[in-house]
Amino acid sequence: MRLLQRRDLVCQQAVELVTGYLEGTLSRSARRRFEAHLAGCPHCTEYLAQMRETISLTGRLAPEDLTPQMRDEFVDLYRRWRSEQQ
Amino acid sequence: MMESDGELLLRLRSGDERAFVSLVERYHEPMLHLAASFVPSRAVAEEVVQDTWLALLRGLDGFEGRSSLKTWLFRILVNRARTTGTREQRSVPVADPEPAVDPSRFDGSGGWADPPEHWIEAAEGRLEAGKLAYRIRAWIDELPARQRAVVLLRDVEGMSSEEVCTVLALSEGNQRVLLHRGRSRLRQLFEDEFREVR
Repeated sequence: MRLLQRRDLVCQQAVELVTGYLEGTLSRSARRRFEAHLAGCPHCTEYLAQMRETISLTGRLAPEDLTPQMRDEFVDLYRRWRSEQQ
Repeated sequence: MMESDGELLLRLRSGDERAFVSLVERYHEPMLHLAASFVPSRAVAEEVVQDTWLALLRGLDGFEGRSSLKTWLFRILVNRARTTGTREQRSVPVADPEPAVDPSRFDGSGGWADPPEHWIEAAEGRLEAGKLAYRIRAWIDELPARQRAVVLLRDVEGMSSEEVCTVLALSEGNQRVLLHRGRSRLRQLFEDEFREVR
């Protein structure tokens, strides 16, 4: 049991593994240690939830609309290109 | 329903001007943000993006569809931005340590001394009220350039890690390190934002 305990993660290490965990790139043993740490640590569980939420919030940003003026500029760009093709 | 990039590409190849405008509406703004992470000014970024659209039109016949249209387009953009840009992103090593969380928040044995404060519900509420998106945009724009490029492509644009590595010419490992740092910084900014409100 001593050996196992020596390999236990502390919180400061766990937060560095979050992205690897979410990306699925941790080794099987690292993933097990990470999950074992979470099971006993509400703060790191919260931290992981916050990283997931950060990704989710960032993923919901909608692109800003083009202004009508920019739209016209791109129509012009396209038409200029077309006329060069002739 | 939104047309796929593939459908737009087909229409564009048959000379449909509206298909071009649809693509511009979809990717112009994301490309501006990405270009800005490579070049020193907004004006230069705009120039690079404009050049990229022209390159897309000129390259239409040569595009073989081995990657997605989006990956191809962003790759053209990054190549142009790199030759124009002066930030020399590529030469900076990723190796210097940058902890995900300020070390002072842990005690001597590495456990939380100042644990993360709750903010998820508050953030959801504010996002729904339409009052958070512009803050998130600003935070992303302030990330260090390489982290910003990776976060924009992975988390804002939803590209896969393979696609991002192709677009930015990064190794998987470096991509992951930059993503980790960028996301960790953003998480901290959310926490700070809602700590102040309380």
